Amino acid sequence: MARREDLKSVLVIGSGPIVIGQAAEFDYSGTQACRVLKSEGLRVTLVNSNPATIMTDPEIADATYVEPITPDVVEKIIAKERPDALLPTLGGQTALNTAISLYENGVLAKYGVELIGADVAAIQAGENREKFKEVVAKVAREQGLNAASARSLICHTMDECLAAAGELGYPVVVRPSFTMGGAGSGFAHDETDLRRIAGAGLDASPTSEVLLEESILGWKEYELEVMRDRADNVVIVCSIENFDPMGVHTGDSITVAPAMTLTDREYQNMRDVAIAVIREVGVDTGGCNIQFAVEPGTGRMIVIEMNPRVSRSSALASKATGFPIAKIAAKLAIGYTLDEIPNDITAETPASFEPALDYVVVKVPRFAFEKFPGADGTLTTHMKSVGEAMAIGRNFTEALQKALRSLEQKNTVFSWAGDLGDPEALLESARHPHDGRVRDVQRALAAGATTEQVYEATHIDPWFIDQIAGINEIAEEIRTAEDALTRDKLLRAKRHGFSDAQIGELRGLSEEVVRELRHALGIRPVYLTVDTCAAEFAAQTPYLYSAYDEETEVPPGAKPKVIILGSGPNRIGQGVEFDYSCVHASFALADAGYETVMVNCNPETVSTDYDTSDRLYFEPLTLEDVLEVVHAEQQSGTVAGVIVQLGGQTPLGLARKLKDAGVPIVGTSPESIHLAEERGAFGRVLHRAGLLAPKHGTATSYEEAREIAAEIGYPVLVRPSYVLGGRGMEIVYDDATLESYMAKATDASPDHPVLVDRFLDEAIEIDVDALYDGEELYLGGVMEHIEEAGIHSGDSACALPPITLGHDDVRRIRESTEALAKGIGVRGLMNVQYALSAGVLYVLEANPRASRTVPFVSKATAVQLAKAAARVMMGTTVAELRAEGLLPESGDGGSLPLDAPIAVKEAVLPFERFRDREGRFVDTILSPEMRSTGEVMGIDEVFGTAYAKSQQAAYGPLPTKGRVFVSVANRDKRHMIFPVKRLADLGFEILATEGTAEVLRRNGVRAKIVRKHSAGPGPDGEPTIVQRVLDGEVDLIVNTPFGSPGQSGPRLDGYEIRTASVLRGVPCVTTVQGLAAAVQGIEAIAAGLVGVRSLQEHAERLRGAHGVLGQG
Amino acid sequence: MTQTPALLVLEDGRVFHGVGYGAEGETLGEIVFNTGMTGYQETLTDPSYARQIVAMTAPHIGNTGVNGEDAESARIQVAGYVVREPARVASNWRATGSLGSALREQGVVGIAMPGTRALTRHLRDRGAMRAGIFSGDAAAAPEAELLAKVQASPAMEGADLAREVSTTETYVVPAIGEKRFTVAAVDLGIKAMTPHRMAERGCEVHVLPATATAADILAVNPDGVFFSNGPGDPATAEGPVAALRGVLDAGTPFFGICFGNQIFGRALGLGTYKLRFGHRGINQPVQDRTTGKVDVSAHNHGFAVKAPLDGPFDTPYGRAEVSHVNLNDDCVEGLRLLDRPGFSVQYHPEAAAGPHDATGLFDRFCEIMEGSK
Repeated sequence: MARREDLKSVLVIGSGPIVIGQAAEFDYSGTQACRVLKSEGLRVTLVNSNPATIMTDPEIADATYVEPITPDVVEKIIAKERPDALLPTLGGQTALNTAISLYENGVLAKYGVELIGADVAAIQAGENREKFKEVVAKVAREQGLNAASARSLICHTMDECLAAAGELGYPVVVRPSFTMGGAGSGFAHDETDLRRIAGAGLDASPTSEVLLEESILGWKEYELEVMRDRADNVVIVCSIENFDPMGVHTGDSITVAPAMTLTDREYQNMRDVAIAVIREVGVDTGGCNIQFAVEPGTGRMIVIEMNPRVSRSSALASKATGFPIAKIAAKLAIGYTLDEIPNDITAETPASFEPALDYVVVKVPRFAFEKFPGADGTLTTHMKSVGEAMAIGRNFTEALQKALRSLEQKNTVFSWAGDLGDPEALLESARHPHDGRVRDVQRALAAGATTEQVYEATHIDPWFIDQIAGINEIAEEIRTAEDALTRDKLLRAKRHGFSDAQIGELRGLSEEVVRELRHALGIRPVYLTVDTCAAEFAAQTPYLYSAYDEETEVPPGAKPKVIILGSGPNRIGQGVEFDYSCVHASFALADAGYETVMVNCNPETVSTDYDTSDRLYFEPLTLEDVLEVVHAEQQSGTVAGVIVQLGGQTPLGLARKLKDAGVPIVGTSPESIHLAEERGAFGRVLHRAGLLAPKHGTATSYEEAREIAAEIGYPVLVRPSYVLGGRGMEIVYDDATLESYMAKATDASPDHPVLVDRFLDEAIEIDVDALYDGEELYLGGVMEHIEEAGIHSGDSACALPPITLGHDDVRRIRESTEALAKGIGVRGLMNVQYALSAGVLYVLEANPRASRTVPFVSKATAVQLAKAAARVMMGTTVAELRAEGLLPESGDGGSLPLDAPIAVKEAVLPFERFRDREGRFVDTILSPEMRSTGEVMGIDEVFGTAYAKSQQAAYGPLPTKGRVFVSVANRDKRHMIFPVKRLADLGFEILATEGTAEVLRRNGVRAKIVRKHSAGPGPDGEPTIVQRVLDGEVDLIVNTPFGSPGQSGPRLDGYEIRTASVLRGVPCVTTVQGLAAAVQGIEAIAAGLVGVRSLQEHAERLRGAHGVLGQG
Repeated sequence: MTQTPALLVLEDGRVFHGVGYGAEGETLGEIVFNTGMTGYQETLTDPSYARQIVAMTAPHIGNTGVNGEDAESARIQVAGYVVREPARVASNWRATGSLGSALREQGVVGIAMPGTRALTRHLRDRGAMRAGIFSGDAAAAPEAELLAKVQASPAMEGADLAREVSTTETYVVPAIGEKRFTVAAVDLGIKAMTPHRMAERGCEVHVLPATATAADILAVNPDGVFFSNGPGDPATAEGPVAALRGVLDAGTPFFGICFGNQIFGRALGLGTYKLRFGHRGINQPVQDRTTGKVDVSAHNHGFAVKAPLDGPFDTPYGRAEVSHVNLNDDCVEGLRLLDRPGFSVQYHPEAAAGPHDATGLFDRFCEIMEGSK
C-alpha cells in the first residue's frame, strides 16, 4: 500500500489553550503531523486558538487559522478551505470532540470532508463505559485472554447496596447515576461509609440509582502505546508503568518506561489484550493508548480505558523511545503502512517494529498548589499537575534522581539533611498520595521504615521501594566514608543519579568543591544515544542523554555550535511560550549556518523533538548538568555561544554561574541581567534614564511596612523579594490587611524583605516586547492590557496594537524602552511593563529576556521576533536583519498601520481543577499572582470581534441574549453604567443585587433585584442569585470582587457566585474593563461580524502595510 | 549480593570491568547480545543459547525473580550472563526465588557491568566473537592469560551442539483436549513452549532426540514432522539434514523453526551463513511476503539461510520460495515448498519470550496436516 493519491488537502485541528490535562504535548504532536502532511505535498489547513504554539507558525501549515475551536467556527473554515479530509486525532480531546460534532451535525457530509485516522463508531465504543466493557469481555472470552473490567453492580435501594458490597468486597466505589460532574461519588471502606455515601447518592440521583464498583485502588497501573495501520499491522511503541499505584491520575503519577515489574508472560498477555481490544473497537489507523490495572497479589488484570488518539502519554512515549508517534500517525492516516515508513533514527530499518530500550525513563509531574491556597493537595483521579519533567538514565535510580532535580523545585530532590523525623509520621504522610510523596518514602526509609511498611502504606511496588532504599544506602556510604571520597564511591553515587549538590550536602561540602574533586578524579558523564533499538543498529540522530557509563557517543561537529537552554517543566508563569522562543532560535541559527544544540527536560515540547535541533540533550537544567553538556560539546567542536535568554527564568538563573565557570554566554550579559533584576541597581538605571517607577520601599516588619505605606499612600502592592510569576503578591488597601500579610510573609521567609510599592489604581498597564542590538531598537509590539494594573500580566487580557493609546503615548513608550535597553545593556529581547496613570508613564519592571508574549506578538504582527532575537544575540544587527528580510524593511510593531488587524490575548485559568478539602472550588478572581495555564488569541479587523473570539476560544461564546447578572464594588459602579445600559439596549434582561440595581435604575436601566446568597431564599422561596446561576437561568455574570478575603461578607457572596459560574460554565467578568470589552464583543457577534481569516491572509495585508506605512 | 570483581574479556582483546553475578569462577563461549526487555527467564533456559555468553541490553534484569512456570527447559542453558543492573529483590506474585540465586545454584557465571551498551556497540560493529567471564579468584590472573584462554576456546562456526542439548529419550507431550494429530518433533534444542503450542491445537507431540533418523521419525507414524530450534552451526548438522530429506521423500507435512528452518534450507539444497551479530530479541519485524502483513517476532539466530528473494526456485522437492523476510536487513526468515506440504520459519512463533503475533503458524501446520490426511 502507499499514500492515498485522492487526498490533496487536509484540515488539522489543534488542542487550543494549554489547560491542565491538555498541554504542550499537542503542539508537539500537531506540529509533527502538519510537517509530515506538508512534506507529502498536501495542502494543510490548521485551526488552533493558541498563539503560543509552533504549530500556528505560518510556515508550518498552508493556511493557519488562529480562531476558536468550535464546530461553527470550524465549519466556516471548512466552507472556505474545502479540505478533502479532516485529521482529528492529534489535537487531544478538544479536536476529537469538535470533529465528532461536525460529523454528527452533518457538516462533514455536506462539504464532502472525510474523517481520516479515526472512526466515529470506534471512538464511541472506546468512550462509552458499557460498550467498552462488552468489548473487553468479548476479547477475553473469545481469545482466552486474562482480561476483565472492574466488576460492578447497579443498585436502587440500600439493601441492594449492602448485598452488592458483600459480593464485591470493601472498599467499593459508589457512583450515583446522572449527577452533575460525578457529584456524590466516593469510596466506602466499610458499611458505615457505604450507608452514608450510597444513601446520599441514592437521594442525589434523579433515578435513585447508584453504581457500586470493586475498588482497584492500590493496584499496579500500566499503559501501552499502540499503533495500527490500515493493513492491520500493530506495534506496541512503549510500555509505561506507574510508580504510584491506582488511584492517582497517570498525569499526576511518577511513571517509568519501560515497565519494570512484569514477566514476559504478563507483558505479552497485556500486549495481546491491547491489540485485541483495538481491533475489536475498530480503531482506524494511528496511535492510541490503553490503560491496565494489575492486582499485585494475583495478577488479575483489568482494562481501565483506552484513548483512540494521540495523547499526553504518546508524547512521553515518543520522547522515551525515539519513535515519533504523531508523525507516524499522520503518515498512517494518509494511507502508508508501518513497513513503508522508515525509522528516522536508524534510517535503515522500518517503523514496523517495537522499540527496545537500554535505558530507563522516568517522568515526574510538576504541581502548582502554592498558587491556589486552600486547594486540597491530595492526588486523585482528577489531574492537577501543570507540567512534567522527564529524565533518562541507564538505571531507574539515575533516571529518577535526574527527573526529580529537573523539576527545579525546592524539597523535591532526595535529601538526608536535618532531622529525618519520625518514620511513623512519614509513613502516615506517604499513605495519602500528594505532591512530594516519593520524598516521604525516601525519608521514611532513611529514618528506619522497612520496605514492607512502606508497601503497606503506599502499595508502591516493592521493587521500586527497594531501589529507593538502595539510594539511601549509597547516601549513607557517602556520608560515613572516612577520609576523602574514593573514585569508586563517588562513581557509584553518580551512577545512581546523585548530583554534586546532594553529595556535597552529605559531605558538608559545597557543590563546587565536589565538582572539582570529581573532575580531578576523572569522573564525568558520557552521553548515550536514544536509538530505538538498544544499539542494535547505528543511530543517525544525535538524541543524547547523560550517564556515568563506559563510552561517549557525542559525534564530532565541524560547524560552530550554539547551545540553547530550554525552559524545563511547564509551570504557571513559564510554559510553552518559552519553548516557542527556544525552537525559533534553533531554526533561525540553523539557517544562519550554526549547529544548534538544545538542552531541555520537558517531554511535552517541540524543543525536545529529536529533529528540531541538530543535537538534543535530554537533560536537567541545573548548573551541573548544563556545565557537563557544555564540556561535552566543547570536546567535540567549537561552542560559539550559549543562549540563556529564551527559556524563561530557568536558564536566566544559571547565567551568572555559567559565565563564572567560563561558559560563553551570548546576548545580554549576566551583569546586565543583574542590573534589571536587582532593585537598587535597576533604580539607578531608571534614574539615569530619567524614568519613573511607582514609589516603593522595602520592609522586614509590619512597622516598617506601615511607615512606607503611610508615606506612599494606600493601596500598596506587596510582594516578597525574589519572586516568580507574581508569587505571593497582593494589593493591600489598609493597615489591618498589611499587618496580616507581613505576619505571613516574614514568617515564611524571615531573610527576604517584602517589597512595598505604590499601587497605581485605575492605571492602564502596558506590555512591550522589544529587540535591541546596542544601536537600534526594534519595538516588537505594544500591548494594552484590558484589565487595570494590578492583575498579573500573564492573567490579563491584552490587545495589540493598543486600542486606546495615542501616537504620543507610543512615542514615549518607544523612547523609554530604548533608554532602558541601553541602560541595562540588552542584546536581544527585552520585555517591559509600564503603567500609564493620569498621563504619567511608570516603569513597573523590565526583564532582559524573551517574555511570555513573544509568540503572541510574533503572530499578531507577522514578524518572527524570537528568530530575530537569536540572530541579534549572535551579533547580527537589526539593520542587517531588515536587509535580510527577517525583520520588516522599515517600521516596527509600534508603528502598525491603522488597518492592521487587532489581536487580543486572553488567559485561561484552571479554577475548575482545584477544590478545597470540603470539595468546594477555590476562588476565581484575578490578582497580582499569576495563575493561568495558557492563553488564546482572537484576531480580527476590529477590537470587538477580536475580543469576542478570544472569549469564545477561552471560555465559550459570549451570549447575545438572555439574562445578565450584575454586582460590582462601589468603586466600579460609575464605570459600569454605560456598558450595562448597552446590554439592556441589546435586549438583555438585567439582574442585580440591591446596591447595584439602585444605581442602574437611577440611570434608567431596568434592573431586577435578586437576592444575595448570604440573604438566603426569600419567604416565598425566592431563589438567591447563586441558585439561579446553578439553575441555568443566567447567561452572563458581571461580578467585581470587594471586601476582604474571608469567611463572610460580600467577598464570600462573590465567591459563591463565581464558583457557581465555574460549575455551570457561565461566562463571568470580574473587572469593569473586561465588561466594556465584552459588550463590544457581544455587539460584534450580534451584528454577525465574526468571520474567519488565516494568519497568512493577515500577514499579506500587514506586509503591504509595512512597505507603504513603514514610517509610522 | 556478591561484590567480587569480575572481567569480561573479548577475543579481540577488549576488556570490560564489573562485579560478579551468579556463580563465581570462569566461563567461555560466544558472546551475543539480546535486546528483549522482558523474558530473561525464558531466554536463559532456551537451549539455543548453549555455549553462548548472553549480554542483555535491557539494564534491569531479575526484577520479577524466577518462577516454576516460565522456564523453557529444565535448566539455565547459557554459558555466561552479562547484565547491567541485577535486581536486589524479586517482586512478582509468581516469583519463587531470585535470579541471582538461580544462577548461583546452577553454576552459571555472570558479570554485572556498566558497559553493556558499549559492549553491544562493539559486537554490532565487529560481530559476535568468543569471550570469557572471569570472577573472583579467576579474575586475579593477568589479562593476557585470560585473553589467551578466550582465544583458545572453540568457535561457534563448525560447532555441532544440538546433540548436547537434545533429549536422549523420546517422550510424549499429550494433546490438550481432543487429539487431532500425531506430530514427530525432532529436538535439536527444543523450547517447552513449542510442543505446548502444538498440544493446545490437538497435537500429540512425540519429541525425538536430535540423532533420530528418518526411519525413527516415520516410525511414529506422524501426521506431521517438526524440526526445532537449537544451537550451533547448521553446516555441521548432517544427521538432521539426512533425516529431514527422508521425511520429505515420504511426503509427510513438515514445519521447522529456527535451526529447523536452516536444516530445511539445507535439505532443499540451499546454503547457510553466519550473520555478523545475529538477531536476538523480541522486536524484529518479519513480513509475510504473501499477505504483506508484518509480525513483530521473537528471534534468536546467529546463522541464516541463503536463498533467492526474487521468486520461486527449484529444489529436489519441487518449487520453493522465501515466504518471510526480515524488514530490518532482508534476511531470509521463512521458506515454503510450493508443491508439497512443508514450510519453516527462522524466527519463533512459539514466542516465550516474545510477542504472540506469529502463533498462527501453528494453525497453518495443523491445516497442512489436515490437508494431507
